Amino acid sequence: MRPRAHQTGTVAPSIPEQARGVRPRDAEIGPEATDIELTVNGTTHRVRVEPRVSLLDALRERLDITGTKKGCNQGACGACTVWVDGRRVVSCLTLAVACEGREITTVEGLADGDRLHPMQRAFVDNDAFQCGYCTPGQLMSAVALMAEGHTCDDAEIAEWMSGNICRCAAYPNIRSAIRQVRDTAEGTRKGGR
Amino acid sequence: MSTGSQIGRAVDRVDAHAKVTGTARYSAERRPPGTVHAVLVGAQVANGRVTDIDTSEAMAVDGVLAVLTHRELPRIATRPAVVPSLAGTSAHGQSLFPMQDDRVYYAGQPVAMVVADTLERAEHAAELVGVTYAVEAAITTIEQGRDEAFEPERIFGGIVPGRTERGDVAAGLREADVVMERVFHLAANHHNPIETSAATAVWEDSRLTLYDTTQGPTATRLSVAELLGIPPSDIRVVSEFVGGSFGSKAMIWSHPTLAAMAAQYVRAPVTLSLSREQMFTGSGHREEQEHTLTLGAREDGTLTALRHRKLSPTSCFDEWAEPSISPVSQLYACPNFEGVYNVFRANTMTPTFMRAPGEGSGAFVLETALDELAYELGVDPIELRLRNHADTDPETGDPWSSKGLRECYERGAELFGWGLRDPIPRSRRDGNWLVGTGMASAIYPVYTPMSPQRARARVYADGRAVIETGASDFGTGVGTIMAQVAAQALGMETEAVAVHYGDTELPNTVAAVGSAGAGAVSSAVHTAATALRERLVGQAVADPESPLRGADPAGVAVAEGRMFLREAPETGETYSDLLRRHMMFDADALGEWEPPAQDTGYGMATFGAQFAEVGVDPDLGLVRVRRLTGVFAPGRVLNRKTARSQLMGGMLWGMGQALLEATHMEPQQGRWANASLAEYLLPVNADAPDVEAEMIEVEDRVVNPLGVKGIGEVGQVGVAAAIANAVFHATGQRFHDLPITVESVLAKL
Repeated sequence: MRPRAHQTGTVAPSIPEQARGVRPRDAEIGPEATDIELTVNGTTHRVRVEPRVSLLDALRERLDITGTKKGCNQGACGACTVWVDGRRVVSCLTLAVACEGREITTVEGLADGDRLHPMQRAFVDNDAFQCGYCTPGQLMSAVALMAEGHTCDDAEIAEWMSGNICRCAAYPNIRSAIRQVRDTAEGTRKGGR
Repeated sequence: MSTGSQIGRAVDRVDAHAKVTGTARYSAERRPPGTVHAVLVGAQVANGRVTDIDTSEAMAVDGVLAVLTHRELPRIATRPAVVPSLAGTSAHGQSLFPMQDDRVYYAGQPVAMVVADTLERAEHAAELVGVTYAVEAAITTIEQGRDEAFEPERIFGGIVPGRTERGDVAAGLREADVVMERVFHLAANHHNPIETSAATAVWEDSRLTLYDTTQGPTATRLSVAELLGIPPSDIRVVSEFVGGSFGSKAMIWSHPTLAAMAAQYVRAPVTLSLSREQMFTGSGHREEQEHTLTLGAREDGTLTALRHRKLSPTSCFDEWAEPSISPVSQLYACPNFEGVYNVFRANTMTPTFMRAPGEGSGAFVLETALDELAYELGVDPIELRLRNHADTDPETGDPWSSKGLRECYERGAELFGWGLRDPIPRSRRDGNWLVGTGMASAIYPVYTPMSPQRARARVYADGRAVIETGASDFGTGVGTIMAQVAAQALGMETEAVAVHYGDTELPNTVAAVGSAGAGAVSSAVHTAATALRERLVGQAVADPESPLRGADPAGVAVAEGRMFLREAPETGETYSDLLRRHMMFDADALGEWEPPAQDTGYGMATFGAQFAEVGVDPDLGLVRVRRLTGVFAPGRVLNRKTARSQLMGGMLWGMGQALLEATHMEPQQGRWANASLAEYLLPVNADAPDVEAEMIEVEDRVVNPLGVKGIGEVGQVGVAAAIANAVFHATGQRFHDLPITVESVLAKL
């Protein structure tokens, strides 16, 4: 068992920029399947994967954590968006073996028990989905861009949410949902009404 | 005491919680123990024969269980016939089933299927299957196939004639003061739901369970049963969550049957998902099309004649064209009409339904031409449409079951501010943007199912209810309206009604296609829930121990689950009281709605009016839609929230059709050149303006018990024309080809 260095959600400074996402264990991770540990929504799972297995397929096919969706498997639709150490990634283009020792957060990790995350609540209130298949990715992006401060106005929200395709075209309702959470949060910060 | 109307309430989706928390399980996410993975190998050539398949390298991959080709795959029991799924029977998307012989008719046609223990191994092995072809020249585009075109007897799965005529078009054109002829070209389109098609097949002895991505679980059951040659009763199909369809999952394609065959072959549950690229050759498409419209009108704008010819490629084995001529024939009063389809055999799969199939393309053609006529005559575009308003169905002379189009124009114009418009092209600027506005009409037919529609309602002694139908909810919100309609009929709150759907073990309803899902399901649910209420009221008035004993059932009302005398509301009891007194845990009733005969003696359609404002950057050729307004008359609205979302989604689809969506054929190879979500341009959030979608309720006593006309598709109809007309208003240039691309705008400005 190696120590877990990245539980705070930041990338360790000792890893050079271009090697981000790669653990110094390459010699061990050959073409054969290997056991790795993935920490998903705070729970650590031991899973046997070949190095070519994407984080998306590891979640869906090995761990049966299926909230994260596969829409294109090419990084074009955003349905597979999850957070790795707090950063948004498309999990279809992220290798599972590169996520050892990192904190992975999926849509299943947003709610606090039975209490929906305010963004989930806002999506329901604003009917910000129809078929629901892109929704997990939309939510992971929406919550992250709130935290990143990219929700100043509708144009900014629209731009920053454009990596997540919604074929049902619930886009205006997705913007309404994000506005609702932003305005509520601002109201709270300002000690508002 | 009285319960407010449950029908029409803006209730949250019943499946909303599952969808935002990630607990919703879609078809490819069902994983019975021991499930293995199948991956298809598509033909690399568009026409020819498979002369050899080398499977040795693929078979050598660790974990590979089987490689199936036309040599190994079992023969199908019945050749599939293309029948639209609204018929309620089997509903094959095309009459070709793959891997029955060595013939290749289109690129992407499955030629092998690899089954392995993990997805990665199956995908890797699929790449190692070595297929050798004898290649023949392929025809895939209108440019290549034009000279081979013929007039089919029937199209669209046999339900639409190849030619429609009324009056005398030549005479109508002679009478005309103005005659216009325009040629339009529309690119091929693909549905691209974000969930790709998938099926998981599980055999237990001779019983097959399929978790399938489908708009009609029963259609899957019947189609797969025919192909496998087993009784439909041996197949259960479950489709609890479906990640979008838009027509791609309306017909039954080969993958559920292939999954079942693979599962039988390897004796393990098999899951088969199409890749995104395979979605471009695995579930149909909207065909490339060329339209020629000839229009004659008097000086006052009244139409004297319409002649509409459509040319498009179909497959080598079916005669399919989307019925673009129907809306042109039915939208306006025009005594003389001729519509003719021409198709030619092409090396593509059979095209299929894609949201607003035919209405979207036909309305673009007609509504662009009418805008040109309005400018030619100096008449306001709305006024021109009012002068041609069809007071009766122009095809039959029958009255409309309901209409509301005039009200849609009026309300839309008011919301949009149409009255402030200066009609002169290129008269408005906003910075560097040329700004223009345009409008168009929308029409979508009301289809009624051809078979009885069933639902079961049950009330439990704890005061809760359940409503069941087999229908699948692929984002339409049908599950939510089931709860509302049942609650209304039972006299309960929607929140007290649970819903079960998406399973052939539940009472059968037809595939939710042609915007007919809400009408069919609401009718079945209304019938079942009303039967249950009548049964319980009947039991109460006949029960000497009930406060309602001896009452006239017609005088009993129900609210919040309590039956009471209308004249003396204090006299009554709850369903629960009645059931508990009789030691009954529950009570249920099956309801069966018999749809009206196909010829009701009425014209039946949903109408609407579309308005668009665009900005055009003359230097960059960029068209941006600034706002969309649509007003529709869909009969009874069952849920204002989900209905509005459906209309809004449809309108944004119309924007995609107008400005972005095109699947390009590479004519030398006969393969789609942009088969990915990166290269097939779809609207993203930054493309989508705010949308105003309003509904005008019109009463309709013909279509079904609740007067529900459907909203899934009408929202898209006319939007592309409204946008193209707005682009003309902004720039003074007409665009007859879709999509209107940056290149095409720059070429004209």
